[in-house]
Amino acid sequence: MKLKEIVDKLELDVKTGSSNLDKEISGGYVSDLLSDVMANSREGDIWITLQIHQNIVAVASLKNLAGIVLVNSRVPENETIKKAEKEGIPILVSNLPAFEVVGKLHRMGIPGTADAGGI
Amino acid sequence: MLEEFRGDLHIHTCLSPCGDLSMLPTLIIMKAKEKNLDIIGICDHNTTENVAAVQKAGEKEGVSVIGGIEITSQEEAHILAFFRTGAGLENIKNIVYEHLPGINNEVVFGEQVIVDDKDEMLGINERLLIGATTLFLEQIIDIVHNLGGVAIASHIDREAFSIIGQLGFIPSGLKLDGVEVSSLGKLRQLRVTHPEIDNFPIVSFSDAHYLEDIGKKTTSFLLEDTNAEELYKAFKGVEGRKVLSAQ
Repeated sequence: MKLKEIVDKLELDVKTGSSNLDKEISGGYVSDLLSDVMANSREGDIWITLQIHQNIVAVASLKNLAGIVLVNSRVPENETIKKAEKEGIPILVSNLPAFEVVGKLHRMGIPGTADAGGI
Repeated sequence: MLEEFRGDLHIHTCLSPCGDLSMLPTLIIMKAKEKNLDIIGICDHNTTENVAAVQKAGEKEGVSVIGGIEITSQEEAHILAFFRTGAGLENIKNIVYEHLPGINNEVVFGEQVIVDDKDEMLGINERLLIGATTLFLEQIIDIVHNLGGVAIASHIDREAFSIIGQLGFIPSGLKLDGVEVSSLGKLRQLRVTHPEIDNFPIVSFSDAHYLEDIGKKTTSFLLEDTNAEELYKAFKGVEGRKVLSAQ
């Protein structure tokens, strides 16, 4: 599934990386601890979080994540937006809480790490 | 005789991945003098390897440099720790390293340069200094105290990497020696939402990652002299030494 489909279905606000919405999503991961995301997310995952500081872009870039979904209408910091534009990392904002966002993505068929026979 | 001294105790060097590469010992000291700081502290993320270089550069110029570290807890909250001896600093560094997984990617997180007192590069630290240790807040504070240091919660008014940001409040019974507030303008509101902060001395420092930020926020202390032993007494509130107001 492509990021674009998620943006349309969940009515996400595309803050950055609008030219990279053709990226293919292979799975999903939700966490607000960067160390956990660095350790346990996989390439191609869409990452759901409420963190808005610039280190989320570094982590997404390091792990080759497909994109970041911010929950609860969280507003990314200016530095985060600048860095994400530079790195081409899509940041997408939902007005829903994390539980609802993850539920919808899961129903759309996006697997988590356990579903995919991963860790 | 006790006197008032002004300090900025939370300054990063080029060893922190997010620290500007111009955060070099002689330049930090030059800036501290320009800003008339009596005392500065060096606190890199999860390391102490540039402290001695800045201390040596400071000795030549008469600027007192306190050795510290900014430790990332498992909860991803930052804790500043200051030590009275080189042994304390060496021990905390080794304990942090034992509990800090990962290798740095300098393209993504930034370079981690170890330097001497003349700003010459000695090497690169390869550890993931931006990462989190596996130590919990309570453990870090106990370790710091056992090594004879003081532990201060970093920038508690910020959302990212602060105790209040990560946990929502300061857990009761946490044996902090102080709390750092970044924006004193927010202090009144913070006292309303988090009255627990008044249980601790409140300080404000620059958290400088760039030279121009050094001394932008400072705290005054009532001390006999500008050394780590005196600062220790101020945070513990003994022998008349005190943490005065944050500016």
